[in-house]
Amino acid sequence: MKQQIIVSGIGGQGVLFLTRVIAQVAVNRNIPVLTSETHGMAQRGGTVLSTIKIGDFASPLICSGQADLGLLLWEANLPVHQSLLQEKGVWIINSSNNSDHISINAAKIARDLGNAVLLNLVLLGAAIKDEALCFTVDECETAIKQLAPKKFVEQNLAAFHKGLSC
Amino acid sequence: MKNKIELLMGNEAIGQGLIEAGCQVAAAYPGTPSTEILQAVIDRRDLAAEPLHLEWSVNEKIAFEVALAASYTGKRSVAVMKQVGLNVAADPFMRTAYIGVKGGMLTIVADDPGPHSSQNEQDTRLFCLQARVPVIDPASPAEAKALIEPAFALSEKYGINVVLRPTTRICHSRQNVSIGAPVVLDRQANFEPDTSRWVATPAFLPALHRQLNANLEKISVEPAWQPLLTSGDNSQPRTALVAAGIVYGNLVDLLEELGLSDKIDLYQVLMPYPLNPDFCQDLHEKYDRILILEETYPVIELQLAHPGAVGKQNGAVPREGELMPDVVHQVLASFLDLTPPAEQPEERRGQRPSLCPGCSHRSAFYSIKKCFPQGIYPSDIGCYTLGMNLGAVHTVHCMGACISQGAGFYQAYQQDSDEFPTIIVTIGDSTFFHAGIPALINAVIQQARIIIVILDNATTAMTGGQPVPHMGVAAGNVSTKAVAIEPLVKAAGVEFLEVWDPYDNEKFEVLLKSADDYIRSPQGGVAVLIARHGCVMDPAVRQAQDSFLVTINENCIGCRICVDKFECPALYMDEENNVAIVNQDRCIGCGTCIQSCPVDAIIKEEKS
Repeated sequence: MKQQIIVSGIGGQGVLFLTRVIAQVAVNRNIPVLTSETHGMAQRGGTVLSTIKIGDFASPLICSGQADLGLLLWEANLPVHQSLLQEKGVWIINSSNNSDHISINAAKIARDLGNAVLLNLVLLGAAIKDEALCFTVDECETAIKQLAPKKFVEQNLAAFHKGLSC
Repeated sequence: MKNKIELLMGNEAIGQGLIEAGCQVAAAYPGTPSTEILQAVIDRRDLAAEPLHLEWSVNEKIAFEVALAASYTGKRSVAVMKQVGLNVAADPFMRTAYIGVKGGMLTIVADDPGPHSSQNEQDTRLFCLQARVPVIDPASPAEAKALIEPAFALSEKYGINVVLRPTTRICHSRQNVSIGAPVVLDRQANFEPDTSRWVATPAFLPALHRQLNANLEKISVEPAWQPLLTSGDNSQPRTALVAAGIVYGNLVDLLEELGLSDKIDLYQVLMPYPLNPDFCQDLHEKYDRILILEETYPVIELQLAHPGAVGKQNGAVPREGELMPDVVHQVLASFLDLTPPAEQPEERRGQRPSLCPGCSHRSAFYSIKKCFPQGIYPSDIGCYTLGMNLGAVHTVHCMGACISQGAGFYQAYQQDSDEFPTIIVTIGDSTFFHAGIPALINAVIQQARIIIVILDNATTAMTGGQPVPHMGVAAGNVSTKAVAIEPLVKAAGVEFLEVWDPYDNEKFEVLLKSADDYIRSPQGGVAVLIARHGCVMDPAVRQAQDSFLVTINENCIGCRICVDKFECPALYMDEENNVAIVNQDRCIGCGTCIQSCPVDAIIKEEKS
């Protein structure tokens, strides 16, 4: 199995956590995985991009037109990162009204759950529901439980399930 | 026992590698992309088999010297920094090449091609060539970890400091990495005085220099550190690819994608300096054309000096920035005469970073700009560099430069007129300790009439909140002595010193104006104002301060001052209706924006 994924958002939205959850599922399955993340000054509210390459790769970086899936937490990043996605690639976008791609108002769902930051796992749930990621629900839940701080596990799982059922 | 596999960031893998290799003293100053290395050692310190001293040193020079002396006792040590940190540590680093070490010593210097979070994209490998220090260039997090124990062994075999140079894409990548058990070295500190080495006056240096050169020759032919060849099928005769670091990984993936794996001789260089002369000779004989891919300067290329080299020197490979997969694709296509990749649309910039909602630096900058619209604003390295978004930062150079630059501005202006502009320097607390104190003393004794605002948020915020000397906390949340800023400032001879919270902008602005009166008074000199408010990234700070429901009412006239001039990312314009709106997902309810509104349209209420 080989899959190339990008996660795009702005600093503070939980892009890194979502990246880790996806990569952890691969590790748990014993599949090689490489990710690349944005740290440092851009994390202060600026555009951040993670790339994830699952399978036999040597570099975590993704060529233009190669990503199979894009998870977009911040809609305004679409023109910035669009070129990374391949023609048949799938965008799952946190948006209230984007008709060109799979869009889900993840921010609102997360806010209703009590914390806007949870939108990252709402998007993950949506990606699983749409079979854009070939992971099972159980695998994602296991990774979330492994990585989330104890007191936030329930909240995170709830967000993930909202994404699954929307 | 079967090795456990964990998903680790490159910096965590390196930290784990240090523990497994029996490193006993680790000292660092935080700086992106290196910061998480020491943090990872701190987080894993309970795994260490032997005593382990960890410190966030006050600066990189100090970190290096602490690690160096620990190595003199026979123990393994490491100094960790970012690439420009090595400039700060350059003085001891250069001499260490001659003097050597005893216990294994690594200097881990994280480079930032791009750059992503740095003031330049200098190449530590070239620095090592000039310093005559061996340097290792890992191509993945797992490889970086795997090379740490052999690097310590190399250091001990030749009594030489060895540099590990990961780049941002190694530091901040994650990979499944195999975890091992720490070695037990059972070493007792045993410093043996030897004036011919540890004191080495000029009389001893020619012999030490000779020894260094002899060692470098031997190191260059060490079997474990030779370039690794993946042979091609001779379909591309007398042609080779040479790559190092993350670019090697990019190249491998690209060759696979293009169906060219195993078609062309491919070398991975693990140790770009010193390069084995026999390897160079071999390449001269075997190949007519060689593509060389490395970040960021042509270090391998310079040593190879191959007449058929295609690289940075002939301009075939971009000389600036990262060699991202798309760039490698273009370069490779041109080298092998392949179909060029589709033209990429011009890179678009995303959202620019900004000071966090509720950041006290924003309040301080807004007041500074308001009080001294014609001022000169030297600033420095940290989150507060983002004060440039408010137009309140005019210069940023290197750690601590703002105070000396402020003094330099004053000296140049005061020659022309007594009516010098107000020079307001802004420097963070961690930067002040790092390199600001000598500059402050200098400004005082040179009688510079400047205002220095120390933006004290009680942490090293930009890199994720490492401890600072005045908080009484050391690495790993351990209590220690606190060294307060105020007595240091006074001891430096500063006679105007005030401390205030910039959230209270009215009083803060009164103090700024009285500082300006002071520097212009007959007895005036350096004025220091400490702007003190905890970093709002710290949940404890947020919880301890008042939080209101901040909204914008119908009085808003769409003047954009709060959005553009105050520049809080929790405020944005509804362009259709020409009014400002508070993004409640991002607002922390501090209410500091209220003062910026000319028509009192921003209101705060108690939260229900």
